[in-house]
Amino acid sequence: MSNSKILANGVDVYYGSKQALFGISMDIKEKEVTALIGPSGCGKSTFLRCINRMNDLIEICKVSGSIKVDNEEIISEKTDVVSLRSKIGMVFQKPNPFPKSIFDNVAYGPTIHGLVDSKNELEEIVHSSLKKAGLFDEVKDRLNEPGTSLSGGQQQRLCIARAIAVNPEIILMDEPCSALDPIATAIIEELIDELRLNYTIIIVTHSMQQAARVSQKTCFFHLGELIETGETNKIFTNPDNTKTQDYITGRFG
Amino acid sequence: MNNSIAKEKIISLRKKRSLEDMRFKYYGFTAMCLSLAVLVFLLYTIFSKGYTAFQKTIVLLEVDYNQEVLKLTPDSSDEDMEKGKFFRVKKQAIENFFPDLSKSDIKLVKKLFSTNVDKEIKDYFLDNPEVINTKQQIWVTAHSDVDQLLKGNSRRDVPEDRRKLNDIQLSYVDQLVEENRVKQVFNNFFFTKADSRHPEIAGVAGSFMGSLFTLFTVFILSFPIAIGASVYLEEFAPKNRITELIEVNISNLAAVPSIVFGLLGLGVLLNVFGLPRSTPLVGGSVLALMTLPTIIIACRASLKAVPPSIKEGALAVGATKTQAVFHHVVPLALPGTLTGTIIGLAQALGETAPLIMIGMIAFIPNIPTGLTEPSAALPVQIYLWVESAERGFQEKSAAAIMVILIFLFMMNAIAVFLRNRFERKW
Repeated sequence: MSNSKILANGVDVYYGSKQALFGISMDIKEKEVTALIGPSGCGKSTFLRCINRMNDLIEICKVSGSIKVDNEEIISEKTDVVSLRSKIGMVFQKPNPFPKSIFDNVAYGPTIHGLVDSKNELEEIVHSSLKKAGLFDEVKDRLNEPGTSLSGGQQQRLCIARAIAVNPEIILMDEPCSALDPIATAIIEELIDELRLNYTIIIVTHSMQQAARVSQKTCFFHLGELIETGETNKIFTNPDNTKTQDYITGRFG
Repeated sequence: MNNSIAKEKIISLRKKRSLEDMRFKYYGFTAMCLSLAVLVFLLYTIFSKGYTAFQKTIVLLEVDYNQEVLKLTPDSSDEDMEKGKFFRVKKQAIENFFPDLSKSDIKLVKKLFSTNVDKEIKDYFLDNPEVINTKQQIWVTAHSDVDQLLKGNSRRDVPEDRRKLNDIQLSYVDQLVEENRVKQVFNNFFFTKADSRHPEIAGVAGSFMGSLFTLFTVFILSFPIAIGASVYLEEFAPKNRITELIEVNISNLAAVPSIVFGLLGLGVLLNVFGLPRSTPLVGGSVLALMTLPTIIIACRASLKAVPPSIKEGALAVGATKTQAVFHHVVPLALPGTLTGTIIGLAQALGETAPLIMIGMIAFIPNIPTGLTEPSAALPVQIYLWVESAERGFQEKSAAAIMVILIFLFMMNAIAVFLRNRFERKW
């Protein structure tokens, strides 16, 4: 068995006085794809956003409990959020490339982190990131065109390339395919399968099939609680909990 | 049966609704036509009154640059030339303007010429020193009274005692017209000279430069402060009572009458800090206070319009908050901010009341060359000219209004250009 990369323990999240997550504890292994499933509003995105502290942006959001990444506590005042986020990349629900050129989109991360010393090096990182995201062949002739001119699926892969460019260890994906057509979705799913070799991936998804196809572990959330977690195969064929069973068979949600 | 009644009801209601639609369309159309008519009338009045100001009347004068009269020799140095007795040359020229003039006639003839003629005779000589001891035919500026008469702005059929020019002077002017010794040319003075007591040599250059310097001060002071304040309030400030209070008060500040800012400038900038009166520096500072809320409101609106996903994307790759804001959010908000800034500047350009309070209404016959020199501003200049009794200033004020309108029009064009050029889609 591989080591645990992320260890959550008793994570509570409040939006103002409303509690959104109730004591979530989870163990996420290295170089695996973990899918978070559950009906809308069950807190899976909230949990995802705790891992790279994106919830800091929401002023009324309070997080308590413990999340350890590589045995380091990240739910703390002392956590260096910037270095945490350079270690944990994120891909959003709606593709959000910067309104800049394709090249600049990918180059932004390495540049601000000072990962490169020369233009050649930067070019190399941009090219290799685009290659890893499976986008390079499609855009190699038009790297100076705005990233927003790409199609939705290409934009999403551009965002993945942008996340990869800072050399993270973990990639969080918040419903990355919900705004895409089935073909673009299939391409991204294939990509996730390849990325698994190098990165730990946590993906929030509404599509049960997608969870079944891309993930090794699945966690089922319901009303802010983690109902069940386990091997994807087991969850989808023989879940322990009746709620899980009802959800994956389409009886609610 | 029941069904058909319901159907009829629906149809009649539908008719009523489409009628309502039509009515509203016509209301809008009428409103637009009305405002257009008013605008056309306004522009027509201004242009029909003001276009003559772009022409001036000049008179052909024979000048004898006699070295005895000038008290110069052909070998005189440039410095001596400056001190030549040109007023004597001019006196002689006017005495001989018409043959056989009596002493009282000469006085009347003298009043046909602008006071600027001395200088014109001198400048002509300094530019061509070789004309010494020759007679030269020079076109010189006519007095505003002649100018107005020839432009048809002042009437000749009123009793003599209510006219600026008496009957003898009128006959002189008619003689000049007959002999083709008078003509109308482009009025370069209007664009190159500052204010003057004499309408024929008064121009907008002084007040235009004053306005330019004032706007420069406004921009330098208000733009960075407004951006700093809006970015802080929008992106960094904690949302609490104090920031809410500040936000409300910024909106209130935008509604404060401009004269209050003028009083503030008078009380604080002039009296407490002792900054120089009547200068673009003080005028600009006062107008900057007035412009700040406008820019802040525009800037905050454009910052709000930037999708949060862009900022999230930057934060997610590990940008600090400052980096995310200044690398991504601010550049995207800049076109809107610039548009707001130009609108604020346009507002400042047309503002008169606060400038009066800080003394920019003084009569300044020089073109300012710096921020700390006394100067007028275009709207104040218009105010001054409209108040003047001389007929010659009437067309001048209309023409100055044209200048300020064109200035404003160009600023708005720049705003539209910037908005279209930098508008981004995401």
